[in-house]
Amino acid sequence: MTQNFDIPEIRTPENLVYKKTSVLTDNVLHYCPGCGHGTTHRLIAEVIEEMGIQSEVIGVAPVGCSVLAYNYFDIDMQEAAHGRAPALATAIKRVYPEKFVFTYQGDGDLAAIGTNETLHACNRGENITIIFINNAIYGMTGGQMAPTTLPGMLTSTSPYGRDVQMMGNPLKITELLALLPGTYYVTRQAVHTAALVRRAKKAIRMAFENQKLNRGVSFVEVVSNCNSGWKLTPLQANKWLEENMLPFYPLGDLKVNGELVKKSE
Amino acid sequence: MKELMLMKGNEAFAEAAIRVGADAYFGYPITPQSEVMEYLMAEKPYERTGMVVLQSESELGAINMVYGAAACGKRALTSSSSPGISLMQEGISYIAGSELPCLILNVARGGPGLGTIQPSQSDYFQATKGGGHGDYRLIVLAPSSVQEMFDFVSLGFELAFKYRNPVMMLSDGVIGQMMEKVELSEQQPRLTNQQIDELYPWATTGKKPGKDRRIITSLELDPSKQEKHNLKLQEKYRKIEASEVRYETLQCEDAEYLLVAFGSSARICQKAMDLGRAKGIKVGLLRPITLYPFPYAIVEQLSNQVKGILVVELNAGQMIEDVRIGSHDRIKVKHYGRFGGMIPSPVEVLDALEKQIIGD
Repeated sequence: MTQNFDIPEIRTPENLVYKKTSVLTDNVLHYCPGCGHGTTHRLIAEVIEEMGIQSEVIGVAPVGCSVLAYNYFDIDMQEAAHGRAPALATAIKRVYPEKFVFTYQGDGDLAAIGTNETLHACNRGENITIIFINNAIYGMTGGQMAPTTLPGMLTSTSPYGRDVQMMGNPLKITELLALLPGTYYVTRQAVHTAALVRRAKKAIRMAFENQKLNRGVSFVEVVSNCNSGWKLTPLQANKWLEENMLPFYPLGDLKVNGELVKKSE
Repeated sequence: MKELMLMKGNEAFAEAAIRVGADAYFGYPITPQSEVMEYLMAEKPYERTGMVVLQSESELGAINMVYGAAACGKRALTSSSSPGISLMQEGISYIAGSELPCLILNVARGGPGLGTIQPSQSDYFQATKGGGHGDYRLIVLAPSSVQEMFDFVSLGFELAFKYRNPVMMLSDGVIGQMMEKVELSEQQPRLTNQQIDELYPWATTGKKPGKDRRIITSLELDPSKQEKHNLKLQEKYRKIEASEVRYETLQCEDAEYLLVAFGSSARICQKAMDLGRAKGIKVGLLRPITLYPFPYAIVEQLSNQVKGILVVELNAGQMIEDVRIGSHDRIKVKHYGRFGGMIPSPVEVLDALEKQIIGD
């Protein structure tokens, strides 16, 4: 099924329907091929470009696989200590209320070591955007169990599968945050198919647009894969995500315009 | 006309923060410094100057909020007491590594652990030798009066921005809680966003068209680059050591014996010195004002003059290590300390001087 294309021949002006957004730098992404981080980075950058707010955005990078996020966004950014991004973002927005402030955090950063900062920033209703990449594993440190690791899931620190009796339950932090009065928009998205990428982009756009309203936190979870951490090929990882992650972390809006979304049965 | 006020040390610090034009205070309540945030909230600085005041979810939250605001080029400060300052050490290390200016007040209390809410100076090592991970230094100012709790806020921000380095005021429960007359300075305006953009080319304020983006980070994975960053920090610390030493000497001209003490201990020693002089003992007092950089040179100079030194601290013997370095152990250097919240009387200090230094 592998077919070799001669790239220069097909890269003709009439075929060039897609180009990189100017809000991404030319630095080569360090993410593994197939990982959702690169796609989500691109969506955020495109939203910033389309909203024309490049000079108005201050981003906060986490500790985790996306610790070097500031190498890829052509915007002002701060690097936070592990889990502390919402505290930084709180202060940035408080001293520059007219700027657009966002954090970009993984599951270990946001839902384990930084739970306190996340919960309280959301409960205070800070007028910021939080992008939460949930791939149910610690990618950067080599595939250890995360707060969102599924029951029975294999990781390097749950090598026989997550035993919830012994290791505790996965934390559905997004559901938890949706209940807080300080969150205005809470949604769960994914980026492993073209249709979902388009939907995720709309959600990220709304999460940034909401900052103009000053109504509280806009929170976008992106259920992502981690093919190297999950020890699967990119295609296998996307299939595993569909079959295992999405039933546990169903996609869709949890809270819109400050109102909880009623689940249709 | 001078504006005078009778205030607690903690209140003087808070009023100074407003008057120097600070942009943001973030804190978490802890005894014996809770008056700082109480005073700020009552004064509504967000109405007086536009200053942000926010009670955080923890000291961890507070110091990382300080990081976020400082990285924006804003004058950010926090205050806490010993156990809270311990919690902040992670953030302080990041702030030092990222070379951000800020002001941190420690109204120290006795430890270790939950310890006591009574005054102590047992955080000297933590403040001056590190506290968090990595090779970094804080500029450490030790106020010994309510007036200095006020004045060092301005000095602290000046030094913090001059060197892009966190500054700590190491106070204690005595100085924080006691009331004294304070001469207040005039209200300074907060810097405008435009002034910040012009003054601080490193601050994250939003990428300007045609300009490079600004990144605040302490991460550098390439060891050769991380070493270079460390060497740059060390160079800065040498510059601080050469230029920013501050101390006070009292009756040292003819002194045969020397008391060395900082902060509240220096106040007790001043009285002990007067009692000693009344008895005919030629005793002087050296009060380090900057604990880092430590005034080694004056200790060395006085060591050539006096017969012995008594270092008086509200701890089990911390600053004495720096005094011994300064004196090169050429003369007798002894320590007298009370701890766990106990405070010696001037008579007790003079007695210690007579027994440990003079009579021995």
